[in-house]
This record gives sequence, C-alpha cells and structure tokens, in this order.
Amino acid sequence: MGFLDINNAVKAYGAVEVLHQVDISVEEGEFLVLVGPSGCGKSTLLNMIAGLESVTKGTISIKDRVINDVHPSKRNIAMVFQSYALYPNMTVGQNITFGLEMHGTPKPERQAKLADVAKLLQIDHLLDRKPGQLSGGQRQRVAMGRALVRDPDVFLFDEPLSNLDAKLRVDMRTEIKKLHQRLKRTIVYVTHDQIEAMTLSTRIAVMNKGYIQQLGTPKEIYDTPANLFVASFMGSPSMNLIPAVLVADGDQIAARITGFDGQPLLLRLSQNDQTIRNYLDAQVILGIRPEALTDADGADRNARNLQVIRNQVTVTEPAGSDTFVTTVLGGKDCVARMRADADVHPGQPFDFTVNMDKAVIFDPKTEDRIAGRH
Amino acid sequence: MSVATQDSAVRTGRITRTFIYVFLIFFALFYLLPFFVMVINSLKPLGEITGGNMMALPQDWTIQPWLSAWSTAQIGVEATGLKPYFINSILMVVPAVAISTMLGALNGYILTKWTFPGHKILFGLMLFSCFIPFQIVLIPMARVLGELGLSGSTTGLILVHVVYGVGFSTLYFRNYYAAFPTELVRAAMMDGAGFFRIFWRIMLPVSGPIAVVCIIWQFTNIWNDFLFGASFAGLNAMPITVALNNLVQSSTGVKEYNVHFAGAILAALPTLLVYIVAGRYFVRGLMAGSVKG
Repeated sequence: MGFLDINNAVKAYGAVEVLHQVDISVEEGEFLVLVGPSGCGKSTLLNMIAGLESVTKGTISIKDRVINDVHPSKRNIAMVFQSYALYPNMTVGQNITFGLEMHGTPKPERQAKLADVAKLLQIDHLLDRKPGQLSGGQRQRVAMGRALVRDPDVFLFDEPLSNLDAKLRVDMRTEIKKLHQRLKRTIVYVTHDQIEAMTLSTRIAVMNKGYIQQLGTPKEIYDTPANLFVASFMGSPSMNLIPAVLVADGDQIAARITGFDGQPLLLRLSQNDQTIRNYLDAQVILGIRPEALTDADGADRNARNLQVIRNQVTVTEPAGSDTFVTTVLGGKDCVARMRADADVHPGQPFDFTVNMDKAVIFDPKTEDRIAGRH
Repeated sequence: MSVATQDSAVRTGRITRTFIYVFLIFFALFYLLPFFVMVINSLKPLGEITGGNMMALPQDWTIQPWLSAWSTAQIGVEATGLKPYFINSILMVVPAVAISTMLGALNGYILTKWTFPGHKILFGLMLFSCFIPFQIVLIPMARVLGELGLSGSTTGLILVHVVYGVGFSTLYFRNYYAAFPTELVRAAMMDGAGFFRIFWRIMLPVSGPIAVVCIIWQFTNIWNDFLFGASFAGLNAMPITVALNNLVQSSTGVKEYNVHFAGAILAALPTLLVYIVAGRYFVRGLMAGSVKG
C-alpha cells in the first residue's frame, strides 16, 4: 500500500465513462504528474482526489484511509488552482490563513504559520495587499502559500503555471521543484505541458481518453514509451515515427526504411530477441528521438550502435542552442537535433548518425511498443 | 468631391456638436418642466394658483404648503398630513427591500454554485413572477394574507412585496454569480468553509455592485407601488402613495393645489434621493460583466 492509493477508480457521468479503471499508488514524498491532452481525464482524476468530484467505482485512500465519502476539507489535502482562486476581498495574509481559521486554529498559531510560509515563499512584504494588486507570479506564490500553510498530507496542483507568461513559467517551475526537494511532500500535479511533466516529476502518468497510457519515471517514459501515443506526446520536438520493415541482416535484425529519393536505407537494430524476431518481414514503426538522429560529432560517445545514413536535408532551423534539421525518411518529415554550428545545408545530402541504442519499435496495429533498448 | 482637411473636420465637428448640445439642453429643460411647475406652485399661496398663471414664479414665497402637506393636511377623515404614511412607507420598504435582496442573493448563490437537477427549470419558474401582472394575484394574495392573519398590516405588505420582489432579485444575483469563478467556491470548500460561510465571507463581500442595482430597483418599485398598498393596507399601514391619492382626491373643502404639489414631491423624494446617491452604481452594476476589464 502506498501513501495515496487510487484503486481501480472509475468516473462515469450517467452511461458515459470518462475515466476507466485507474490504478495508481503514490509513495510518500513522490511528485506524480498527470499529463495528457485536454479531455483525457487528468483534471477529473485530480478533482476526485480532492473530493470535488465523486468516485463512481473503486476507491481512493490516503494513508490507508478510504476517502471516497470524506468531505474535501477533512481529507487533509490542499489544492492550487489554475486560476489561483484567491479570495478577492481578502488580503494576502487573510487568504493564506483562511483555511486555518475555518479549521479553528487559534490566532497566534495562525500568525506564526503565516510568517513561516511568507518567509519561505518570499512574500512577507505583500501580506497586506489584495490579490488584485499582485502580479501573476506573486498570485501564484500566494496560492501556493495557502496550500503550504495547511501542512496537508497531499498537495494537488491543477495546471498552476498555465496562466503565467513563458519566462515566469520556467522560473516558477524551478521554484516548485526546489520547494518539493526541500519539503519532501507528496504532490499530485496536473498539466498538459510535457516539459513541465518531465522536469518536475519523480513519476509521470501519461493519460489519454480516460486511460493511463503509461506510468513510470520521466526516463522510462521518454526512453521506452509504451505506445505510439506516449511516444508522440512526450518530448519536443516529438519522436520521429518512421514506417519500416524488419529484415534479417546476417544474424542481426535491421529496419529497412526509405530515404529522400525512395532509396532503401538499412539500420541495424540493437534488439535481437525472440519478440522482435516474430516481426521479421513485417511492417513496424521505428521510433527515433531527434537527439538520436544527429551529425557524427554530436552523437553520443557511449552509444554502442551508431549507424550512418546519407540523406537529403530539406530544411534547417537554427534555434540558438541547437539546429533542427528536417529530412524525409519513410516518406515523413523527420527532425534531427544537431549542434548549433553543425555544417548542414538545405537541399544537400548529409551523413546522419543514428543512435540505434535509443531506437524503439512499435507494432502499427496495436500501436504498442514491441521492444525497447538493449 | 472636396477633400476633407483637418481644419474643415474640426469646424464641422464644432458646428454639429453645438447643434447636439442645444438640442439636448432643450429636451432636458422640456423634461424638467413638470418638476419646475410642481416646485414653484408648491411654494405659492393658493390664491396665486387659482388666480391664473401656473408657470409664473411665486410673488409671495411660502413654505406653508409643505408644512401643511407634511403634518396638517386632511387625509381621509383625519388631519394628520402625510407624515404617518411616510413612516408607514419607510417601515414597509426597508424590510421588504432588505429581505428580498438577501433572498435573491441566497437564491442566486444556490442556483449557480450549488446546482441540483432541475435548477434551470426552477430559475425559469421564478422568472415568471417578474412577468405576472399584479392584478392577477390580488384575490389569491388577499386570501393568503387573511389565512396568515396579516390582513391590513405592514407585515402583510412586506410579505407581498418580498414575494413579488424575489423573482427580480434572484435574476440579478444569479446572473451576477454565474460570472463568479466557481474555483473560488471550491477553494473555500477545501479550506473548510461551509455553505453559509462561503456565502458570507466569499460571495457577499464582492456583491456590492449588483446589490446596489437590486436595492435601487426594489426600493423604487416598492415605494412607488400603489395597487398593493390600496388593496391590502389597512388604515394604520397605508403607504404614502395611497395617502397622496387620498389627499388629492378628498372631496371636502377647497382643492389646495399648492399642498398637493408639495405632497407629491414629498412622496417622490426618497426614490429621487436613492437615484441621486446610487444612480451611478446602477448603471455601472447593470453593465458589470458585459464588458471585460
């Protein structure tokens, strides 16, 4: 049993099931991120943990206590809302201590806790202001202060950064991560931004259409995506998914793909087990991350299976720190991530180095991963 | 076609603007005319009015008609002036406005933040009460008041006005609260605040603009109501609108037009005052939520 247990939880509105058999166990101190496109059920799941939505089937428990029918205020959880939901008529100080006041905490204790939290979040000088007088980042801090002061078992974050501008979002992301490292509290965090998910979490649950597609550490999710949805959703630019046929190459297996002019290209796989052998001569989808498709100098020195393919460059996009190079493989635009000063020119052939250690193979019918790295 | 220069644009702008202002001032004066007539004639001795010229300023200024209208004029059978009826009206309008506004706020809060199956139908039915003509309910209402033992009393009138007013006040508050972020209510819920605490601490403090709209609306309607006052009020609960009618309609003695004018202004004064004090909030509140920012 974990700290927060979601046991086969189902949410249905009438006959429509929006969340199917969700099963997650969160350990104490974990930072779980629920990520997925809009309508995937991640906010519904968070609201079920919060008690703002009922649980149709299954159970949710915190510290082995089933909380399905416990009122939100008695679950010992705190939530940071997307709109911050600060009470407009109260000062920052009153906003933060409102929950304590409602729970009957005596005033001196409230003031002491307020002072602690304000110091932690560096909002001491704002305590007498109204939310309307604060900037977006300050409101965000106040919203977090309101959650922190309650000292809850579980923190719930509902897309807390999506109302901030790009730069502030990155700053606050670091801020939240620091806070988690310092306080070691259990957090469930909802976002549709896969970078937030990757950077913040200790574990990610990728959701789509009411199902958990994959639950794992950021590295597992990134390197061995369970299916095509996870592969294309996580990572930016997203993974190149290239139609290929598996062929025998001596006692190894290779993926045969077509290049820019339709010329066949062979990429020897690192995998060579029975599972993958069952797909010999079959259509598969070869997944290669942009950073595994690069130039010779930029390739991972520790990789054991680097292969070079020559192919035409269609577009180059210098992005400052990297240069993104587009080339056509298997009839699809594929993105390669190269060093900023890589010598690449559009319209000319180039020797791409592919790190096949990182390649993953998917079954096009089931869309599931057949085999990962070895 | 001549080219419009900046100069000519400014010049024609000035001419049109002058024309518009003259036009507007003329109509403003025209609409103020009745009030002017009422004021000057309430400050004249009766002889100057019956002598002929209603439009002339008083030659002999006097506040006697006002004093008479307030405290000594003959209303019905007694010479009490409008004072006791003014007080009746206050005793009726203050609780009626307060209760209907509070109920409206509570209804609006429930209909938007604690919705239940059928809340839309319920709201629709409540809206009906805004459109039912007063005359239809006179007899059923008289019967209800009789059953409750409230016939002829101020309390009975308050009940009637609350019942009639709650439709409008619910409409105002529901639409206002519909734009109020539900996340705030959820946050307060997780903070441990209950139904009434959320209402008192979170919703009401931000309801100022709509409360002003609602209060002005209810105050004006209830204060100006004649039909319910004439139908349901006994002698001791008669509101000022009914008393004013009795003053003007009294068939004994000379018609004291100057006293009638003064009485009419007295009866209109509170609503006028409410408009002057809170009118700008009225416009602002009605617009609230319709435009961003």
